[in-house]
Amino acid sequence: MQSHLLSVIYLIGSVSFIIGMKMMGNAKTARKGNLVGAAGMGLAIVGTIVLFKGDVSPVIYGLILLAILIGTIIGWMTAKKVQMTKMPELVSIFNGMGGACAALISLIEFNHIKHTDHIIETVQNLIPVEPTSAGALFCMLAGLVIGSVSFSGSIIAFLKLNGTLDKPVRLPKYNIINTIFLIAVFAFSVYLFNVETPILIYVLFAMALLYGVMFVLPIGGADMPVVISLLNSFTGVAAAFGGFLYGNYVMLTGGILVGSAGTLLTVIMCEAMNRPLFNVIFGAFGGGAATSAIGDATKGTIKDISVSDTATLMNYSKRVVIVPGYGLAVAQAQHVIHELEIILEERGVEVKYAIHPVAGRMPGHMNVLLAESNVDYGKLVEMDDINPEFPNTDVVLVVGANDVVNPAAKTDPSSPIYGMPILDVENSKNIIINKRSMNAGYAGIDNLLFYNPKTSMLFGDAKKVLTELVAELKTM
Amino acid sequence: MENILSLFSENEQMIYFVILAVFVGIEVIGGVPSILHTPLMSGANAIHGVVIVGAIFVMLKSDPENYGTLLAGFIAVLLGTLNVVGGFVVTDRMLEMFKKK
Repeated sequence: MQSHLLSVIYLIGSVSFIIGMKMMGNAKTARKGNLVGAAGMGLAIVGTIVLFKGDVSPVIYGLILLAILIGTIIGWMTAKKVQMTKMPELVSIFNGMGGACAALISLIEFNHIKHTDHIIETVQNLIPVEPTSAGALFCMLAGLVIGSVSFSGSIIAFLKLNGTLDKPVRLPKYNIINTIFLIAVFAFSVYLFNVETPILIYVLFAMALLYGVMFVLPIGGADMPVVISLLNSFTGVAAAFGGFLYGNYVMLTGGILVGSAGTLLTVIMCEAMNRPLFNVIFGAFGGGAATSAIGDATKGTIKDISVSDTATLMNYSKRVVIVPGYGLAVAQAQHVIHELEIILEERGVEVKYAIHPVAGRMPGHMNVLLAESNVDYGKLVEMDDINPEFPNTDVVLVVGANDVVNPAAKTDPSSPIYGMPILDVENSKNIIINKRSMNAGYAGIDNLLFYNPKTSMLFGDAKKVLTELVAELKTM
Repeated sequence: MENILSLFSENEQMIYFVILAVFVGIEVIGGVPSILHTPLMSGANAIHGVVIVGAIFVMLKSDPENYGTLLAGFIAVLLGTLNVVGGFVVTDRMLEMFKKK
């Protein structure tokens, strides 16, 4: 009876994951979808604990509940407190936790089968997996390797995003070294199939962890969203291998769903940046050496503009387009930019936001940040829709964005971002770029747009400058 | 070769399940506007936290005297919970902002 009930619970859990994810694909139902998924997850967890058949000592129940309690408190607090700009880091770290969890399960189960005649119980008895069968062993090793790579890779991605590791570290011929090392990990896994020395599993564990580090370390910061998305799907696959091991359908559904959806999402992101996944992983990008060969002579000069001139210019414009970038979020200027938008609209100026697919640190990140400061959803215009409007735009205000407006992506084949679709701001009548300094963007490349005769630079911290701009506009 | 083939036929049901699930995953994501990519990635991140179910199994099955396994299992459940709770809560926070409109 109990196990039948558990099967039903797992079925409900699986279906709720699918429905939840489907609902998350639509802005109207997205929040409910997330709750549906969470409810299914809660049900699966409670069901597993309550309906497990077999003698379990109260100590173990106590430990499980304690672990869940601590995890819930820490997870909840962190997720509630974190600033929205730190979101990508947080997703990365939570993803790493899941990977580590999958790897630990494999480690424990491997020790079980090697040390004792412990039998892996297939709780639902749907697919009896023999404890030492090649299938079970394969699932353990695969779960261990993928989970560990996802864990250490996510930690490196986290460190890169929060700026601790800001330069890509590349060994000479890192591609070849990484590939050889990956083959070594595979070969060692195969070797472990027939070996009776359980201690070697820790060697594989260490190798997989090291591979995760080596995999992410050479990849530049600008490509981190893609990496996180990829590692996200890795963890999904690792969870699915856990599902195979136990013949557990809810783990399988959740894992495979995330594995396939995550891979597709990764590909979509790559398309948005016009960078094939292969180039992200193996190609050189985001390195300091990427400064392309633009001679100083061809650059021209940079023109400054004052806050009051900017205010006047905007006040007498018909159409203004704001191009927000990550710099805006770092300066916490989302709210001020919304104020600017309101005051310009009051003066009869039409204001829109041009959102590049990879503005911010993840696709859609900028939308989340602007939504946080109550910017109207309908004012956020995607790249393909806003590009034809630039010739009719009087003023483009670029705040904290750089690479997504860099014309080198269209004109300079030697540029590392060559081929990436950009916002065609140079077609508008006036371009005002707010930047803190003349430093290159996240990808580390010079931007010819700054030297365009139509461009004026408005130097200063985004929040400070925009606040002054709003104050100035109010006096007009 | 024999082994590999037999592995296929023994797990036929499972292999079908996996293939269909892969297509469901692709279908579910298809046509999602790019503004929802971040919440969706975050939501998917929470869902793979289902691996915690496996960690709970490990704990339930372990021998109360085997401290090594208990410790590893404890950590696994803790990490899994972080993944699940943190993932869903942060996704909810993101989506809450879209809802206001």
